[in-house]
Order: sequence, then C-alpha cells, then structure tokens
Amino acid sequence: MLTLTVFAPLGVAALLLALPRASGRAVRTVWVATCAVELALVSAQWVSYDGSGIGHETDRPWIPGAGAGYHVGVDGLSLPLLALTAVVFLACSLHTPAGQRGLRRFAALFLALETTCLGLFAALDLILFFLFFDLSIVGMYFVIAGWGHGARAARSALTFFLYTFVGSLALLLGFIGLYAAATPHTFDITELTADPPLEGGGAAGPLVLLAIALGLAVKTPTVPFHTWLPPAHTDAPAAGSAVLAAVLLKMGTYGFVRIALPVLPQAWRTYALVFVVVGVVSALYGALVALAQTDFKRMVAYTSVNHMGYVLLALGAAGLVAGSDAQARSVAVTGAVVQMVSHGLITAALFLLAGILWERGGTYRMDAYGGLAARAPRFAALTALAAFASLGLPGLSGFVAEFQIFAGSLGSAPVPTAVALLGVLVTAGLFLWALQRLFLGPAGDRSAGVSDLRGAQWWSVAPLLGLSVAVGVAPRWLLDTVVPAARTTVELVSR
Amino acid sequence: MTGPVLLWSLVLLPALTGAALALGGAVRGGGAPGRGDRGGRNGGGRTGGGRPGGTGRGAPAVAIAVAAVTLALAVAAAVRRPAVGVAFLADAPLAMAVDGLSAVVVVTVAAAALLVLVFATAGIRAARPRFFGLMLLFTAAVLLTATATTLPGLLLAWEVMGATSYALIAFDWREPANTRAGAVAFLTTRTGDLGLYLAAGAALAAGGSLTLDRLAGLDGGWRHLAAAGVLVAALGKAAQLPFSFWLSHAMRGPSPVSALLHSAAMVAMGGYLLLRVHPLLESTGWADTAAAWAGALTALALGAVALGQRDLKQLLAASTGAQLGFVVLAAGVGGIAGGTAHLVAHAAVKALLFLAAGAWLTALGTRDLSELRGAARAGPVVGLPCTVAALALAGVPPLSLWATKDEILAGVESPALYGVALAAAVLASGYAGRALGLLLRSAPRPGRPVRARPAESGVLWVLAVGAAGLGALALPPLGARFQRVLGVPGEPSAETATWLGSAALALAATAAAVALAPRLPRPRWALGWLGLDAAAHTLAVRPTLAAARALARFDDALHRAVTGTAPAARRLAGWSAAVDGRGLDRTVRRTAAGVRRLGTLALRPQTGRLHQYYAQALTLLAAVLVLLLLLSLR
Repeated sequence: MLTLTVFAPLGVAALLLALPRASGRAVRTVWVATCAVELALVSAQWVSYDGSGIGHETDRPWIPGAGAGYHVGVDGLSLPLLALTAVVFLACSLHTPAGQRGLRRFAALFLALETTCLGLFAALDLILFFLFFDLSIVGMYFVIAGWGHGARAARSALTFFLYTFVGSLALLLGFIGLYAAATPHTFDITELTADPPLEGGGAAGPLVLLAIALGLAVKTPTVPFHTWLPPAHTDAPAAGSAVLAAVLLKMGTYGFVRIALPVLPQAWRTYALVFVVVGVVSALYGALVALAQTDFKRMVAYTSVNHMGYVLLALGAAGLVAGSDAQARSVAVTGAVVQMVSHGLITAALFLLAGILWERGGTYRMDAYGGLAARAPRFAALTALAAFASLGLPGLSGFVAEFQIFAGSLGSAPVPTAVALLGVLVTAGLFLWALQRLFLGPAGDRSAGVSDLRGAQWWSVAPLLGLSVAVGVAPRWLLDTVVPAARTTVELVSR
Repeated sequence: MTGPVLLWSLVLLPALTGAALALGGAVRGGGAPGRGDRGGRNGGGRTGGGRPGGTGRGAPAVAIAVAAVTLALAVAAAVRRPAVGVAFLADAPLAMAVDGLSAVVVVTVAAAALLVLVFATAGIRAARPRFFGLMLLFTAAVLLTATATTLPGLLLAWEVMGATSYALIAFDWREPANTRAGAVAFLTTRTGDLGLYLAAGAALAAGGSLTLDRLAGLDGGWRHLAAAGVLVAALGKAAQLPFSFWLSHAMRGPSPVSALLHSAAMVAMGGYLLLRVHPLLESTGWADTAAAWAGALTALALGAVALGQRDLKQLLAASTGAQLGFVVLAAGVGGIAGGTAHLVAHAAVKALLFLAAGAWLTALGTRDLSELRGAARAGPVVGLPCTVAALALAGVPPLSLWATKDEILAGVESPALYGVALAAAVLASGYAGRALGLLLRSAPRPGRPVRARPAESGVLWVLAVGAAGLGALALPPLGARFQRVLGVPGEPSAETATWLGSAALALAATAAAVALAPRLPRPRWALGWLGLDAAAHTLAVRPTLAAARALARFDDALHRAVTGTAPAARRLAGWSAAVDGRGLDRTVRRTAAGVRRLGTLALRPQTGRLHQYYAQALTLLAAVLVLLLLLSLR
C-alpha cells in the first residue's frame, strides 16, 4: 500500500500527459482528487502504524549487484513528513486555478513531484533516497523555469538546479563511502543503522559525514550554502515556492535525522558542536537578513534559513552527549521533527498568500501596499495568523517546535542556545513590521488592486493554518508518533 | 459541574468565544467566500463589525454574558480549588490548579474584565466583534496565566497575553503610531519572555520537572538560571526597570484596553508570577534581593516620572509601573499577603481611573491635565468615584492602598530598601495629589457636564467601593484570615504606630500636592520616561537594523560570488573537453542536445546556455556512476 501511495500520483501524471484534450476544469478536478486520495492513503497508514519500529515495510531486491534494494517503510520520523507532503500538495492543487497556463503539464509535474517527495520520505535505501532526492530537483527546476515569473526565472531555476545538484553529488559520494565501508556492502539504511560502519575512528568517518552533511546542508539550506534559495523563491510560482519550502527543504533536515545521526553516530558526536554552531549562525543570520528585506517573498524565504537553523541546532545538541540529560536531548530532537512539520505548514501558507499578493498587486514590495486590512480582511487575518505562527507564538505549531528545541538543547549547548533565542525576537520584529507595512496604516499605491480571498484560495490556505493551530493547542496527536522515534534516534546517536 | 470541567470552562469559554468573535468578524468582514470584496465598505476596521445590521451589535452582549459566566466560574473555582492536567509537550503536562493565591487573582481578573467590558459597550463603536473577541481572548490568557502550574502552560498563556495585547493596543490600526506602540509592547515584553524559555531549558537540563513549584529544588547552577529567567520575564511584563517604556507606548490603545491591561491583567501578571515563585527566588540567595530592589527603584523612578507627566493617561501608566513596583518588592521580601492585597486593590483603583480618563477623553476630547482642569467637578457622576480612586492611589487613609502598602513595608528589613520604598510612597501621594488638584480645580472655562449612562456609573461605583475598601484585606481582623487563605500565616504586619505615621505622611504630602498642583516642578527627564525608550533604540534597535542591512549586503555579495563560479566552471569544462578529444565531446554534446530537446518539448525553457550546464552536470554524474560501478564490481 505504501508503494501504491508513493507511485499513484506518478501514474495519474502519466495519464494526464496522455490526454492532451482534457479541459482545464477536468484536469484540475483530477489533480485535486488525486491529492485528496493521497492524503487519505497517508492518513490511513498513519492510523494503522503500530507505533514502534518500521511499519508498512516493503523490501525487494532492485540492483542486487550494487547492493541497492527497493526498501520502503514508515516510522515516527517519516509519517509526519509524508502527511505534510500530502497536505501541502493538496493545498497547492486547490490554490491553482483552472485557468492556469499549461495546467495539464503543471498538474502532471506536481503529481510527479509528489511521488518523488513521498518516495524520499519512505525510502530506506540510500540509492532510492538519492534517486528521489535528485528527481525532486529536476522536477522543481522545470516548475521554476517553466512557470516562474520575473525576467530572471530561468536563471534562478538554473542556479537552483546546479547548486542543489552539485550538493546531491556530494551526498552520493558520502553514500558510496558508507557502502564501501559496510560489511557486507549495502545501501540499506536499516542495516547500516543496525550496524554502523566507520565506528572504528580514523579519517573515513569524518570525511563521509562531511560529504553527506555538505549535500544535506545545501538542500536544507544552512549558511553559507543558502544563496540559491531567495532567488529561486522570488521567481518561482506560488505553488512551486510552497512545495520547495514546505517539502523540499525538509529533505535536507530529514536526511540528517534519518541518515547522518543514526548511521554515523561517532562522527556526529565528535563534530556535533560544528552543527550546533552552523545551526545558530543560520538561525541568526537568516533572521537578520530577513529583517532587512523589502520584498515580502524574499523575507519569507530568509525566515526558512532561520527556522531550519533551529533544526540543526537541536540535532547538533542531540550529539553533545557528555554531561547532558538524555530526556532533554530527545525533547530537542522531537522539537526538530515538529519544526519540520510546522515550518512546512506555515511557510506553505505564507508562500501561497505571497502568491495572492503578486497576483493582485503585481509586486512583492511591501512598501507598495498598506492598509490592506480594510480591503481584504480575510487575507489580512490569514496572513497575520501565519506570521504569528512563524514567529513562534504559543497556541500555534511553531511554538511547540521551538520551545522543545530550545528547552531540550539548553542543557547540552547552553551558550549557543541562549544566543539562538535572540532569533525569536528578530523574527517577531520582522513579521510585525511586515504586517504593518502590508496591512495596517494608510493605503499604498498598489493597495487598490488587492481584493479579498476567493473561495478556493481561502480553502487552500486556511486548512494549513488550522493544522498549525491543531498542533499548537493539542500537540499530542503528533507528539505521540514523533516522541518514540526521537527517543530511538537519541539512543542511536549515543551508542 | 466537576472540578476539572469547571477549570477548563473557566479558560476555554472566554478563549473560544473570543476567538470565534475575532476571527468570525474577519471571515465575514469581506463577504462570504466567492462573493468578492466588500471589505472596503467597513468604516470600522478589518472585522467590519461597524456595519449597520451586521454582527457588530451582538458582540458586546455575547461578550458581557460570557464574562459574567466566567466570573461565576472563577468564584466557583476559588471556592472549590480544582486541579487538572493533560499531556502537553516536552514530557510536561499543561496543568492548571487553583490555590489560595490564584483563587484571589482569578476572581479579580474575571471581575475586572466584566466591569471593563460593560463600560466599553458605550465607548467602542467600531469593529466590535474584533474588540470584544480580543478582550475575551486576552482575559482567557490571563486566567490561564494565573492558574498554570507548569512552565509550558504558563509560557503559552504568557505569550498569547502579549500577542493579544499587541492587537488591542494597535486596535485602531489605521494610525501607524498605534501599530508601532503595539509592536513596542509585544517586542519589549517578549524580550523578557525569553527568560521563561531559559528557565524551561534549565529545568529540563537539570533533569527536573517543568512544574513551577519544583523549580526551587533544581540542582545548583540550573536553579540560578531558572530564577534569573523567571525574574527577567516577570520584570518585563510588570513594566519594571529597564523595561518600563513599553507602558508609555501602550497608552495609545483605547481606554478600556488600558483599564484592563494595566490594572488587573497584563502588568499585574508580572507581579503575580514573582509572588508565586517566591520560594525559587529565595532559594538562590540573590534573586529575592534583586527583585526587591528592582521593585523599589521602579516605584521611586516611575513615581517621579508620573509626577512629571502632562497627559493623564501617561501619568496613570507611570503610576501603574510604580505601584507594581511595590508588588515586586513584596515578592522579593516575601510579603506575599501584602503584595497580593496591593495587587487586588490597585486593580480596582487603576481600572477606575483609566475608565474615567477614557470618559473624559470622549466627552472633552483631551487627556491633557491642564485642559482637564475642573473635569471632576463638571460631572460628579465620573468625578466622585474618580476622586475616591485618586485619594486611594495617594495612600490616603483609610482607603485601600494606604493599608496594603504598609503591609508590604512591614516585611522590609533593610533600612536602605525601606527608605527608597517610603520615598516612592511619598511620590505616589505627590502625583495622585497633583492630578486630583488639577481635576478638582474650579475650571477657567465652564466645562461641559460629563454624563454617564447608569451601567457606566454603576461600574465606576463598584470599582470605587473596591478602591476604598479592599484595604481591609491588609487590616485586622481580615488581614490574618487573608494570610491563611494564601497559605502564608504569620507574615509580619504593620504596627499601629506605622499605620498612623504613614497616614500622617500621606495626608500631608497629598494635601501639599493638591494645593500646589499647578506649580509642582516637572523635570524634562521625567516627562520623557527617563530616556529609556531612546536608550533601547540606541542600544538594541538601531544596532540590530544596522547589522541586518550589513548582512543583507554581504548576502548579496555571497550570492554573486557563488554564481561567479559558473563561468569559471564553464571555462574548465571547455578545456577538459578539448583535452578529452572530439569523440567524447561530441557524445556529451549530443546527449546534452537531446536533453535540451526534451526539456524544450516539455516546457520551452527560455535559456540558450542550458546545454552547457547540463554537459557539466552529466560529466560529473557519469564520473560518479563509474565510481559506483567500479565499487560494486570489486
């Protein structure tokens, strides 16, 4: 069933491409329906997952000569991200109007992209992981280059493609290192986790970790490998940005939790402080650069660097084993996983809202607007909710993530965590400032064109924020799945 | 109703009704989905509540009904003392309980909220669902703050309280200065809030629990960090030095907002938290002293600031910070009963004064004290209760703050601390007396009579009774009983001589201030709130913005540097191709062209150089695949 869930969107994509005469309305209906079915399938798998170990597992030989298998399964780390993927792709399908240019190909591309994302989070084999990782880059390249706006879309797409592709090559090099070091040779993640190679010390472990971390750091992205992100976001269509930020970035952080920590525990522990520092620098740097932006979408893009920095801080702190409390470290890892989900929901909402701003006002420049709260109250209310969620207000998902990250990391890394806390203040300032410039005060010269949200647009954004509220006020339904997996990860990295 | 249901309803009823009103207003404000934009028609604000025949009319009635039920629930909870908890996060529950201290506070908060909402019905004409919804949401956050027993629950309530205060201060959002004022309040208090994150981290790091009353038992260093964190968070909320300036900005909010935020709720919660965690402060050996001095110095400094204000609301704001200083001092020296009594009595006094200031602003169009001369005479409906409250604020016996303040001072052992606090008390007589002197002066021009509807004057009289009589909580015979309710029997109480001495002092100082009101000195530094605002701007805001701009410029340079490697890589690739010979080169080009055709077919990408980049990428990929094959064959 997991395989069906992963590949069904690809099948529908092929079907759409084979039907050149389908009307826009029909294509959109098929697209939305497929995404809804996907969400139902993923939910069913979440509900039927028994709460420990790997569930819904399939393990078939694929390229036996190379030690690669078709091995997929789910656990508490992957289920929330699979669900996030299904939710975000559904929101994007709802957001896209039937009159979208090249809708059939657009829908097919997104469905194919959904397969790569689901496949990556379900993959338990390094080659499979890498395959989906790279295919997602290719898919996103076409989304930005084909449907991006602005004169520089093609260039931004290319920057994105080359940068993340080169990163993925580093990742592959690391995977090959793991394969070569394992006895018997294997790419299987569960086998590598059960019996981590490269535990004997020496230079190989750190080098392999370096390669893998470089590859994942580009995708996450962390400072200084983040410069592909703002142009890609600024020029991507709204749905593309939403998927890129909400799902594709998570491939990087998920890679850290799924592969780097459990498979290279010794190297991770040795260099944990490096990741803590990179995380803190990313968090503060992202927040400060976001504060200086005048372009709403670029600002949101930089807040992603900030939010992903917190994830790295928590994962690094989980590796600082000496003298810290295991329970606190598992709280940090739980926070990191919740942050991936939370950031996905909130940032997808913010990018879809940014898309609406572009569609109505023709610019992302915040100074061009003002007073929109009067003209577009529902738009203002949703954006304000998303902004407060993103700045970590309790009662919304960002707080559940960040509180656990900070509280859990403080014991292992007191000074870096205290410094990272300042990022919370900067994000609060920048979002309030943004809300003020867009929605409050007197009207700006582009405000006149901005009308309020229409039905489908409301329904594409509101549920994302509804989920953020649900995680924020009653987090147990998510935490009960994540916490056991986070504990396992902490045990694995402490071996 | 069982205890847990009672406690949940106490918080959830105002929270859910408030959220529904506030969000419902926004959702309906622009017309139903798909019916296009109608938001522009609403004069009142983004929720469109001011629309005739819209949802605006029902909002006050709904809110008042909910606030009344909430008050009943609060009283019931104060009697029944229930406790509840559900699993929340970081292995800690979201737990609430009502003990003696929180029993007093939840009843005070619920009563103040009800009275203020009744009064606000007449004053708030536009965007009513948003206003009343946010007020209820804010009240719910305060009630959760007062009952939370674990750090995650406290932080949840604490920050929601801050965010709703932002929305309430910036209620009239068309004026940029209002939204800036809201942002200043939120950011300043959030700076303090970070202390609670640190405290939670310290508790987890020490392997301890996140329960508030167990923080005092944490191991060594972590306990100190937790105490410091809680102290900073509370000082921020209570507008103590150096955070006080946000209170000045917050005065841009509507008067009913000030009447709730700066009497029983927001600022009071800072003092309340310190009263609650007194054992933690005491266990460190320094945090209790630090709190005591912070409170006493704030009472003194903001007392001077209040004396220097021209604007009635600014005077009241400074006085709020100063009076909370006495509560913080009480928490520091362990005078829990005195501090709590002062908190409750001050809530009544200040709610009344802010509502009166709002009524005069509506009737006379000014908050300037020199223009408000004689205002209290022009309309005794407002003027009389206001006089009672101002006399209470001045510490005049037998009104409330006279007794509660002496109860606090009874616990102060250090002579220096006592001297500062006493000086602050004299300043309180000075600023309250000066305001009263101006308000009661015979007016130079015949003032318009200030009228109030029966509901409004009823609210003012209820508050006046509280302002006059709540001092009984600190006086015999009720005083000892109040200490037992709070679970702190035997705390030191003032001697009769002290009562008499402070009464004489307050009477003399107040009489002098009333008599000399227009001639009292008003130093410039006091008018400008000690330059705290400018200092925060110079020390924090401006460097942060400068760093942000510099980093943004650096980031652009970094991006250019990275993209600059592409032409270099292209030159390298061209050179390799020449070396490799024509065969491989042609294959690569052909593949690249094929891929490009595919890409063009699929999407018509608009670049001429794509093939070159693909060539490089494919070369790299090929190299990696060869490596992979070699390894698997090994």
